[in-house]
Amino acid sequence: MKISKLIGWSSALCLSATLLQAQDTNELEVLQRQLKAATENFDRVIKEQREIINSLNQRLDAVQAAMTNQQRIQNQTATVSPPAGSTNEAVAAAEKERLTQQLAAELGTNIAPSSATPPPSTSKAAWSPAQPITVAQAGSAYMNISFDTLMDAGWSTASDPSAQLQLGDHDPIKRGFSLRNAELAVDGAVDPYFKGFGNIVLKLDKNNETGIELEEAFLVSTSLPANLQLKAGQFFAAFGRQNPQHPHSWAFVDDPIILTRAFGPEGLRSIGTQISWLVPTPFYTEVFLGILDGQGGTSFSFRNPGDPDSLGINRVHGRATFDRTMAGPQDLVYVPRVVSSFEVTDHQTLVFGASGAFGPNETGPHSRSEVYGVDAYWKWKPSNASEGFPFVSLQTEALYTRFGAAADPTATVPGPLPAENLRDWGFYSQALWGFHPHWVAGLRGEYVNGNAGAFDANDIFRGQRTRVSPDLTWYFSEFSKVRLQYNYDQGEFIGTQHSVWLQLEFLLGAHGAHKF
Amino acid sequence: MVPINFNHKENMKKIFKQLSFVMLLGLLPFVAQAKLKVVATTPDFASVAEAVGGDKVEITTLARATEDPHFVDAKPSFIVKLNRSDALVEGGAELEIGWLPPLLDGARNPKLAPGAPGHIMASQGVQLVGVPGTLDRSKGDIHAAGNPHYMTDPVNARIVAQHLAEAFTALDPKSADAYQANLKKFTEQLDAKMAEWQKLLAPYAGQEIVAYHDSWPYFAARFGLKLDLFLEPKPGIPPTPAHLAEVIMKMKANKIHVIIVDPYQNRKTAETVARNTGATVVDVTQFPGGVKGTEAGYIPMMDYLVNSVAKALSQKP
Repeated sequence: MKISKLIGWSSALCLSATLLQAQDTNELEVLQRQLKAATENFDRVIKEQREIINSLNQRLDAVQAAMTNQQRIQNQTATVSPPAGSTNEAVAAAEKERLTQQLAAELGTNIAPSSATPPPSTSKAAWSPAQPITVAQAGSAYMNISFDTLMDAGWSTASDPSAQLQLGDHDPIKRGFSLRNAELAVDGAVDPYFKGFGNIVLKLDKNNETGIELEEAFLVSTSLPANLQLKAGQFFAAFGRQNPQHPHSWAFVDDPIILTRAFGPEGLRSIGTQISWLVPTPFYTEVFLGILDGQGGTSFSFRNPGDPDSLGINRVHGRATFDRTMAGPQDLVYVPRVVSSFEVTDHQTLVFGASGAFGPNETGPHSRSEVYGVDAYWKWKPSNASEGFPFVSLQTEALYTRFGAAADPTATVPGPLPAENLRDWGFYSQALWGFHPHWVAGLRGEYVNGNAGAFDANDIFRGQRTRVSPDLTWYFSEFSKVRLQYNYDQGEFIGTQHSVWLQLEFLLGAHGAHKF
Repeated sequence: MVPINFNHKENMKKIFKQLSFVMLLGLLPFVAQAKLKVVATTPDFASVAEAVGGDKVEITTLARATEDPHFVDAKPSFIVKLNRSDALVEGGAELEIGWLPPLLDGARNPKLAPGAPGHIMASQGVQLVGVPGTLDRSKGDIHAAGNPHYMTDPVNARIVAQHLAEAFTALDPKSADAYQANLKKFTEQLDAKMAEWQKLLAPYAGQEIVAYHDSWPYFAARFGLKLDLFLEPKPGIPPTPAHLAEVIMKMKANKIHVIIVDPYQNRKTAETVARNTGATVVDVTQFPGGVKGTEAGYIPMMDYLVNSVAKALSQKP
């Protein structure tokens, strides 16, 4: 009984297996047939194309042969009567010159005619050992490398522009030439979890001695859940629009005055971490929270030891500073930001942001500072823009700073200093008009002011000041530009000053994409 | 008091029944709207993705049809679109290098991470032309990987369609049959049209045309046209009068009478050259919708391109 049952079962199994196999065989056949059809189709297309290529090649050869013959005949003619040939050439040159002039007039361009023509490109050849080796390039190396240099030349009615007028660290600092930003930038994927960025800036001081700074070195997470992103290292704080931008993407040669008042010459940047969250709203909204170490000159309004006086005592706003050390989380600098963006129309985009920076300062054991900022950006670009032109953009940022200065009874200049709130406020607004491919005209207006402080009621770094700066930029290509800027400066304690700056930029290597 | 039912088995059955009902209800909306959300960088990929994906996908396009694909603004709203998508179709070969990387960084979407199945590099499998022997920017703004405007050759669109069908199937295996059917339909249409297009342009094989920028080598090669004269002296360098004079003289000498211009290029320059040579300016587009009459998709766009170029070539100056 048992055995017969077993046989029954096994035969049933065998049958079903065979059936399954049959089914598989059917599918296999179908697939094979499909593959065969596809292969045949592929071969047919290839054959057809090859025939077309062959016939074209034959025709090309025939035409070339005919042309060579013709040329030979022409050459022979030329040997017989050489003047005719040179006359032809002269006629051609004259014709080209005439056409060039005519086209320049017709197109209304102000580009210099023949001299502006770049040299003819050499033919594309295979790499040979004599050619330079490309060290790194997107996709073929582990990182992108670029080297960007900004050079300035100019004149100012102020004999030492860096003393009162040009307070940004990458601004032109003196009459004549200055080079304040030669930046080596690297970036790439670290591993599946992080991307890494580095920025090393070299700059020449007034004596043309080279200074070096590790401007940024940070990693960014790529795979955190819940729309979160983590940044860690040394980086520019996400405060407003211009603070995190590198000078190469600025629209003017210098830093807005209010940014230098709130964040000092170098902008707000420090070692720390930042978490950001892409909020699940229908439009773009992102919130940031930066937690920064906040010690040193790059955290200007915070744990900044200031500059030494004649006795070597470090002072900020007249008060002697001391390293209050880190007693707890309250001694870190917190930088929250929220930013939203809207597509007003198909051609207009709006971005709004609000930022804050809160932390201790080193004038007293409990003294604190706060900076608040709002920013807006609007851009119009038609949908048939050529290389991104034309466009019009408006950008504005307003900041308010409260520096809670502690009392310094030991101060001697001008005398013992009371505890007081030093308040500074101001804004800049800039309009850019990309009126022709590679040409951008800009206009920036600025206003700053501050309350009178007990230390120095006439502090040139804090008084009322207005600056108006028109500029004109010409991008030779995406990798080089020249910019001419005029600054009209008027201030309570600096009088009226005029400056003209010319800036030249070149960029080698991988061109990082611009953020909006 | 309600008597407590101690029949454990019975209870479990009941709970299981209720639970499965609730779960099914909960799943319903997912089943109903389980469309694959695909973002395409440019409208040409969007059109092919639409053809292959059919009603199983929901396509969002970033660049507009009339827009220069190299100079799209990295708008924050794109970050949101990328954040909420299942797949990204990118042209690759540095087409979007100026704007896509910061968007992807901001999108923080692991489905679109480099190498993830959702990050579809359309150029994969396409034989690119114009790969520079040396990377030297004195030759203009060159593309290290080759010319990225490969979709103007329908044979490449066929490869991309095949690639998209495979990628969509990998992401959404349950719609595999639909993708295969759509692909078959699209390629059959394309093959039929291809024969027609080749026939239309065959009489002009070997004839030369002029373009504003070197974005049409694939089209020219496919249809046997010669294209090595450009209004730009070098890629990304604006036309200069001296260079245009040279172009005009060459056009006259070689009897070239067709200039093609994309919607985002300066038509005025092309018209000036045309006026001096008696040539015809033909509005062309690489993207469905870029020129009037191409809105219906990739195949109608190619139809328009072939017909308008053939028409211009047929008119003797």
